[in-house]
Amino acid sequence: MTDKSDGLSLSQQRQRAAFWFLAPMLAALFFVAAWPLIRTIWFSLTDTTLSDLYGGEWIGFDNYLSLRILESGRWIWRGTLVDPAWWNAVWNTVRFAFVSVFFETILGLIVALVLNAEFKGRGFVRAAILIPWAIPTIVSAKMWAWMLNDQFGIINDILLGLGLIDQKIAWTASVDTAMTAVLIVDIWKTTPFMALLILAGLQMVPRDIYEAARLDGVNPVKVFFKVTLPLIRPALAVAIIFRMLDALRIFDLVYVLTPNSAAAKTMSVISRENMIDFDKFAYGAAQSTLLFAIIAVFVSLYIWLGKVDLSGESQK
Amino acid sequence: MMKMTGRALRSAALGALMAGLGAPAMAEELFYVSGAVGNAVENFKTLVKPWEEATGHTVTMVPMPASTTDQFGQYRLWLAAGASDIDLYQTDVIWAPQLADHFVDLTEVAKDLAPTHFPSIIESQTVNGKLVALPIFTDAPALYYRKDLLEKHGKAVPTTWAEMQETAQFIQDAERAAGDADIWGFVWQGNAYEGLTCNALEWVKSFGGGQIVEADGTISVNNENAVAALETAKGWVGTISPEGVLAYQEEEARGLWQTGNAVFMRNWPYAYGLGNGEDSAVKGLFGVTPLPSGGEGSGSAATLGGWNVAVSKYSTKQEAAISLALYLAGPEAQKQRALTESNLPTIVSLYDDAEIAAAQPIIPQWKEVFLNAVPRPSAPTLGKYNEVSARFWSAVHSTLSGNGSAAENLELLEVELTDIKGSGW
Repeated sequence: MTDKSDGLSLSQQRQRAAFWFLAPMLAALFFVAAWPLIRTIWFSLTDTTLSDLYGGEWIGFDNYLSLRILESGRWIWRGTLVDPAWWNAVWNTVRFAFVSVFFETILGLIVALVLNAEFKGRGFVRAAILIPWAIPTIVSAKMWAWMLNDQFGIINDILLGLGLIDQKIAWTASVDTAMTAVLIVDIWKTTPFMALLILAGLQMVPRDIYEAARLDGVNPVKVFFKVTLPLIRPALAVAIIFRMLDALRIFDLVYVLTPNSAAAKTMSVISRENMIDFDKFAYGAAQSTLLFAIIAVFVSLYIWLGKVDLSGESQK
Repeated sequence: MMKMTGRALRSAALGALMAGLGAPAMAEELFYVSGAVGNAVENFKTLVKPWEEATGHTVTMVPMPASTTDQFGQYRLWLAAGASDIDLYQTDVIWAPQLADHFVDLTEVAKDLAPTHFPSIIESQTVNGKLVALPIFTDAPALYYRKDLLEKHGKAVPTTWAEMQETAQFIQDAERAAGDADIWGFVWQGNAYEGLTCNALEWVKSFGGGQIVEADGTISVNNENAVAALETAKGWVGTISPEGVLAYQEEEARGLWQTGNAVFMRNWPYAYGLGNGEDSAVKGLFGVTPLPSGGEGSGSAATLGGWNVAVSKYSTKQEAAISLALYLAGPEAQKQRALTESNLPTIVSLYDDAEIAAAQPIIPQWKEVFLNAVPRPSAPTLGKYNEVSARFWSAVHSTLSGNGSAAENLELLEVELTDIKGSGW
């Protein structure tokens, strides 16, 4: 390491080396993430249809919002931004995201605290609890669809047997319970993921703090709120962002589990429906772009308001 | 499943071996994609066996979900991408105008076969003079009823929806009182998908409420007869039909029916053969009759269904694929389908076939029904049909699940359809 390397300083050399190490990943990211995103935004500004993917013409923002003035002088607004079906889907998705992430965080925290304790067979329990997360969503959705089936489902059978309900509930069909059914399955499936991320955070907490607290005779509830929670906050924040990103683009569970009714349709479902079923590819692309924008806004707000440190600077 | 994959692999390996040995590269391996209900996968293997033996080609069926809406989405994606993996598509009667560009014109090759079919069906598959697909069977739904239960309670086979509702309620109450807690009066297809469009079109049409969009393109759905029809159907949910019916497709309804838990069922003829199968709890205990009518002065209505076979423009083995399409639409395969799957043939002469009449008495009896069947408005609405249908089934699904009254939802639907129509379909 004696040569001067074109007179670059050591840190410049390291930066340059780092760039070349990162280049393949940046290229891959560009092709699998940035390029499709740019294409989608471009499609949303054209009148592309699925039957003619490359023949779309530029129409500006008409897919989002356009104004037509009829001969009678009436003004008619068209486009996604004034489409009630779209706003219904946005509301469904946001409601789903908040409720599911809320419950998953609480339950995940509880599970993580249990798994963090020393007990016999901990390794086995840790592996076992990951099973719902490891099952492909489509399989768990179908499995739950059978369990929630109104006539033959085991859930109704158990509830009837316990006398909690007096007649069979049509979980996925009824407007009132369709969203609840989706939430139950999603929480069941994703709590392990939350637990795992939080557990990783818990294990970073130095044991001696707990010992000190015990010696001082602080009650465990207080230890949790004053010691554990502040220390795992960064891990918790990152876990919540991950889940939020995931929850806002929920598709598979809703698509498989519920009938295609307005009660549970989410943004991804309605965007796919327009793109594929209705042959309005550009309109669906506009909805996908809005979905992207909504997720971006949510995450930025969260990072800003929660002062989440994603760069890892404070850990140094 | 394992067995099938193994066989497919072996035949693929055999094909590769023969090609490697310099045998004439004639034996093609085709892929045929189709929705699968009942025993479709096994039956298809038996069905194509004679063709495979005669030509040396092989064909593998790629089973798809039973929902036509899901199938359509997947097919449209494959076709838009120009995928050559699938050689033949089994297409719904309503798809021809929307997918015409992607399929081979069969007018020339089927010029002898086509005239033996019902002209109206051939016409439905012809788009701008191009024969897009060949019919393999047609469909018109029926009201399935439990003979034994009607007899036991001294009830006649209903001819109007009101009679059906009354009978269903009566028998359901009586049977439940006698200890059969799981029995329901009437099961049908209430999930929000193409099937609900079929069901609801039958109610509306039989109440004299038109057919959503008329043949000349006028939007007719917002009228008081249609409102009455939907309100009637809404009255079934939770009384004679389980609330879960709002998530049922054909197979869920058949599941309930075939385990003996329903007095009436609305379903397609395929359920007739399966209902008389060895594993069926209602074997020999049921009959079929045309769907009820709205009441005095209005007739019964059955939605015209049916399936066709189309050859993909992007297939690299078109010659073999066309040969298979002709075989599947031909008399031999149609007869076989009628015998094993109680599918209605589209070849006129098969309705006089003694063997079919003996094995599946529903078929000759059904000729009249399907000849008078009501088409969905796919012809006037062209490429916008899917959206029209989706808006219609959404409005109906909302009404049935208590989200707004029929009058409100149909008024809204009219506005939406007018918007979609724009200056013309």
